[in-house]
Amino acid sequence: MKLIPLPDLGPRPRSEFDYGGELRRPPMGADTALWAAYVFNRQGAPGLLREWWYHRPTGAWYLFERDTLADRFIRHIPVQDIQYELPSADPAV
Amino acid sequence: MPWRLLKFALNPNHSEPRFFPPETPLKERYDMVIIGGGGHGLACAYYLAREHGVTNVAVLEQGYLGGGNTGRNTTIVRSNYLTPEGVQFYDASLKLFEDLAEDFDLNIFYSNRGHYTLAHTDSAMRTMRWRAEVNKHFGIDSEVVDRSHIAANVPDMDLDCGGDAPVLGALWHAPGAVARHDAVAWGYGRGAYQRGVEIHQKTRVTGIKVDDGKVRGVSTSRGDIACDKVISMVAGSSPRITSMVGLETPIEIYPLQACVTEPVKPFLDTIIVSGSLHAYVSQSSRGELVMGASVDPNVLHSTRSSFDFVEELADKMLDLFPFTGRLRVMRQWAGMSDITPDFAPIMGKTPIEGFYLDAGWGTWGFKATPISGKTMAWTAVNDRNHELIEPFRLERFADFVQVGERGAASVGH
Ligand SMILES: Cc1cc2nc3c(=O)[nH]c(=O)nc-3n(C[C@H](O)[C@H](O)[C@H](O)COP(=O)(O)OP(=O)(O)OC[C@H]3O[C@@H](n4cnc5c(N)ncnc54)[C@H](O)[C@@H]3O)c2cc1C
Repeated sequence: MKLIPLPDLGPRPRSEFDYGGELRRPPMGADTALWAAYVFNRQGAPGLLREWWYHRPTGAWYLFERDTLADRFIRHIPVQDIQYELPSADPAV
Repeated sequence: MPWRLLKFALNPNHSEPRFFPPETPLKERYDMVIIGGGGHGLACAYYLAREHGVTNVAVLEQGYLGGGNTGRNTTIVRSNYLTPEGVQFYDASLKLFEDLAEDFDLNIFYSNRGHYTLAHTDSAMRTMRWRAEVNKHFGIDSEVVDRSHIAANVPDMDLDCGGDAPVLGALWHAPGAVARHDAVAWGYGRGAYQRGVEIHQKTRVTGIKVDDGKVRGVSTSRGDIACDKVISMVAGSSPRITSMVGLETPIEIYPLQACVTEPVKPFLDTIIVSGSLHAYVSQSSRGELVMGASVDPNVLHSTRSSFDFVEELADKMLDLFPFTGRLRVMRQWAGMSDITPDFAPIMGKTPIEGFYLDAGWGTWGFKATPISGKTMAWTAVNDRNHELIEPFRLERFADFVQVGERGAASVGH
């Protein structure tokens, strides 16, 4: 069983989580092509990815940076660090 | 297979034509380069040579032929999809499958079994009726059946699933089949090689040269090659290739796992899929139960398999076939599935001239091997999307015209 290192609760089994997918930021403006890219396109290739994980027992969402080739959780990103960021022209973070 | 058997018996010298070409140096230039020596790449090479006379072609495979998802899948072949586009496409593939053994002069162990997709809820029954109607409209043998039909064909199944999730009915698809995946890849590979196509194993593509929006060649672990057309047919490695040419796609890679039990006496001659239980099973001609589920829960570029998978699958399988609790799992493995948001493939031309994409095959692309090879060969030769694959073009996402196959492809592969 893989463990996910929660910053406040310590390592928890992955079966306690729902996967929330890649962090994407909505684009500025209403250009259709940009919106389609934001809605559908994904990083796809292996590498560092920022992803959402939902911890069911506590009902909390966490944001982690993970290496999707080695399956290693690199660091936890406090949600406060990103919540005040402005939308960007580039949907990929 | 009767002709082959007869020829074999009458021929005093029982030597087989060589399957895999001996290793040769790469040429400096080819008309077309196919990346990926899985079923799709080899089928495309075969149809390029056989139907279009294009033989100055190299298939480049980083590992060994069929070592990707082609050699890892559970070989289910069916055409009872949900959308008109999907149904017509997969049905054309099924028809090609039926003649492959003759085409290749090779036994591909194509075994027509019949295919049940079980429904345990009213909403699943509704999806089955929807699929059956679309299927019938296109002349496909597909119908909704009740419990007694299943009980008669699969007497060993517990239709009440231990009382937890009783089966209400099923979608029955009589043409559903299994085939030997390796033989399909090898047959296409041998046929392409015999017609003059070069197949290079242990040759990894490391870059694609694009000038002015046009493909000029590829770099490989064995040197550079010039070419005007590149066809990418690499399934679980698709995002790595598209990122070489700066093309964004919706493809995400999720592992898909499967396993087989020890062989037992034949008791199951149909293919059983349960969307609600997230499990499917068929019995191989050797007697093993071949079992699988839906993809792993998160993105991962790895072919590692896990205990969690077997544990969860066994739990579901015991609901359907309680006596399988005594069976041991012999092998388990994983492949990397290239999943799209609408569970349909991404095929055809791209914004880069000379770069063709055959990807997004996720958990369902083995059955499409013949028709993908055929339509991609046509597309690359004519530089125009074949009509059967036009709905699967990459731009469908930007145009908001997806081909929603989730209801027919997420568990039943
Ligand atoms: C467990 C499992 C069960 C499945 N069950 C079914 C099923 O029952 N029915 C069904 O229809 N489908 C099923 N599928 C899906 C099916 O296996 C695939 O969609 C299909 O085999 C894809 O074939 P392909 O030739 O496109 O890819 P692959 O067979 O994966 O071939 C791609 C090849 O490209 C090579 N490659 C990658 N990168 C490079 C590079 N840079 N340079 C050179 N070569 C490269 C790889 O080594 C690989 O051999 C299943 C898949 C899995 C994993």
